[in-house]
Amino acid sequence: MNPFDFITQTLRIAVPYLFAASGGLVAERAGIVSLTLEGFMLSGAFTATLGSYYSGSPVIGVLAGAAGGLLFGLLHGIATVRFRADQVVSGIAVNLLVIGLTQVILMLLFDSSSNSPRVEGFQAGLSGFGDPLVWMGLASVPLVAFLLYKTPFGLRVQAAGEHPEAAASVGVNVRFIRYVSVAISGVLAGLGGVYLALDQHQFTNNMTAGRGFIAIAAVIFGRWDPWRAGAACLLFAAAETLQIQLQGVGGIPSQFIQIIPYVLTIIALAGLVGRAVAPAALGRAEE
Amino acid sequence: MNESLLRRAEEALLPPIVALLIALILGDVLILLFGESPLHVYGRMIEGAWGNPYGFAQVLYKTTTLTFAGLGIALALRAGLFNIGAEAQLAAGAFGAAVMGIILPAATPALLAVPLCLLAAAAVGFLTGGLPGVLKTKFGAHEVIVTIMLNFVILALLNWVIVEHLRVADTLHTAEIRAGAVPRLSEFIPAFHGSAANVTFLFAMAAAVWCWWYLFRTPGGYALRAAGLQPEAAEYSGIRVGRVWMKAMALAGVLAALGGTNFVLGYKHYYEDGFTGGSGFLAIAVAIVGRNHPFGVVLAAFFFATLSQGGLAIHALVPKQMVEVLQGVVILAMAASVPEVQRAIRGARKAVAA
Repeated sequence: MNPFDFITQTLRIAVPYLFAASGGLVAERAGIVSLTLEGFMLSGAFTATLGSYYSGSPVIGVLAGAAGGLLFGLLHGIATVRFRADQVVSGIAVNLLVIGLTQVILMLLFDSSSNSPRVEGFQAGLSGFGDPLVWMGLASVPLVAFLLYKTPFGLRVQAAGEHPEAAASVGVNVRFIRYVSVAISGVLAGLGGVYLALDQHQFTNNMTAGRGFIAIAAVIFGRWDPWRAGAACLLFAAAETLQIQLQGVGGIPSQFIQIIPYVLTIIALAGLVGRAVAPAALGRAEE
Repeated sequence: MNESLLRRAEEALLPPIVALLIALILGDVLILLFGESPLHVYGRMIEGAWGNPYGFAQVLYKTTTLTFAGLGIALALRAGLFNIGAEAQLAAGAFGAAVMGIILPAATPALLAVPLCLLAAAAVGFLTGGLPGVLKTKFGAHEVIVTIMLNFVILALLNWVIVEHLRVADTLHTAEIRAGAVPRLSEFIPAFHGSAANVTFLFAMAAAVWCWWYLFRTPGGYALRAAGLQPEAAEYSGIRVGRVWMKAMALAGVLAALGGTNFVLGYKHYYEDGFTGGSGFLAIAVAIVGRNHPFGVVLAAFFFATLSQGGLAIHALVPKQMVEVLQGVVILAMAASVPEVQRAIRGARKAVAA
């Protein structure tokens, strides 16, 4: 196996994970459960396809994709912050809603329940690094780390997720912080979906295929730290690359490689290799 | 009528009604977008689900799986735990029943074979549900994440076993079971001919009654509900909350796993990779719309089964995926309206009292 190919393929596979995990991390640190990442990604992929299809420009596609993620991010925000809906339940509903809506609209616009027509993407080049979304995905990790650790907003996000009552008592608008955080997570995860759709030049039914859940696994395995979560994304992507490149060689069944992220996450949650401790107020509605 | 009963009924029923109304309105908009008349489409839907014996029996078949899985989720929720693992528990239970049915000699009498198959499913469910319970109690691992991750792990491992070892060539299913099949309802009600509805439906109804009895008429059920409402207070009053949690999760796994037998013992008589098709996730909606009450779960299961069967009848007019949209809307509106309705009702009462 060519090590250069291995590294580039790993990075490309990691791009959607990096986007979604960075986004999910912001929301989770603010106290909003991110089981919605899958839905955000899928909605981003879908609206990006529409944007690129109707404008012929992948740049418009990216903007449309970010808007799609934002839309469902705000929906989750309104349900959980304004109406104090159970965050897990709202997350499941949002995912279901996006899967259904994308198929219905696909039928409505293109008379197909499986895929969209071909759309314009970026000139990615042989290694895939001509695609600006690859660089944006890689940049999302330091960006979120900076936002979270070095800005006043980031400190408020952490306060909203750890101790909302105390934060509110010193004048932090916890609801506003949570809205913004879940909106950021919608946009970033949406961009992860955009990369998938534009890279494949079309939207296919349920094309995120569980990647949003791998991103959640990365957030938890990375113990809610952007750098470690980013590293977890790369690790999971490397395992996947290994599986793809070793195919046909025999040896380990692909299913065993598929479950690595999930098994590692369970082990991390159980505290067997360094305890993964969630933000204290995660999942709790602000009183 | 007793006033507190009225108040409880109001709090329990208002959110689902609000949720259904919102879904109905959004459904109207979608149907109009496709240039169809909402009344016509909803009429077709009801007609397809309830208008003929076959459709109705199919609704009962779907109700069975959803009831079992929904009961499992509702029971865990009563203990304050969220079991998202029903999808894998359904599959694992079905697999367990299928393996037992294949191992047993063909001559095994049904009175022995059926309980053994159910027991095999229950045992697998006990393990798959119990594991997140143990991880929660002993290690503090959050059950939501663990059950989600376990879904992927268990389904991938089942896929591996089927594809690499147990499948009939060119299919994704095992050989047929030799013993343990249960009769279809059409053997007693000929009009149901051709439908998959089977005796497992009666088991599901019995399970709902048992859950009600357990939750509301036994000390174990009292401890379970106490642990769900106020774990700290329950602990102080001598309830060992950790044990209750482990028991509740194991029981939730058993119930969901029994739902898998509906497919294996009652319908196809083999285990097929991917047969659950999201029922385990829909069951979360069933538990929530059913307000975590065993009888509410049965009603909600019947409702969602109707929606899914009715969805098949409208496919010529609007895409059947519209049903998924409506499901999502119902769940979201339910989740959002429960706290809101409670507050509104309490506010109104305060205003009346003042």
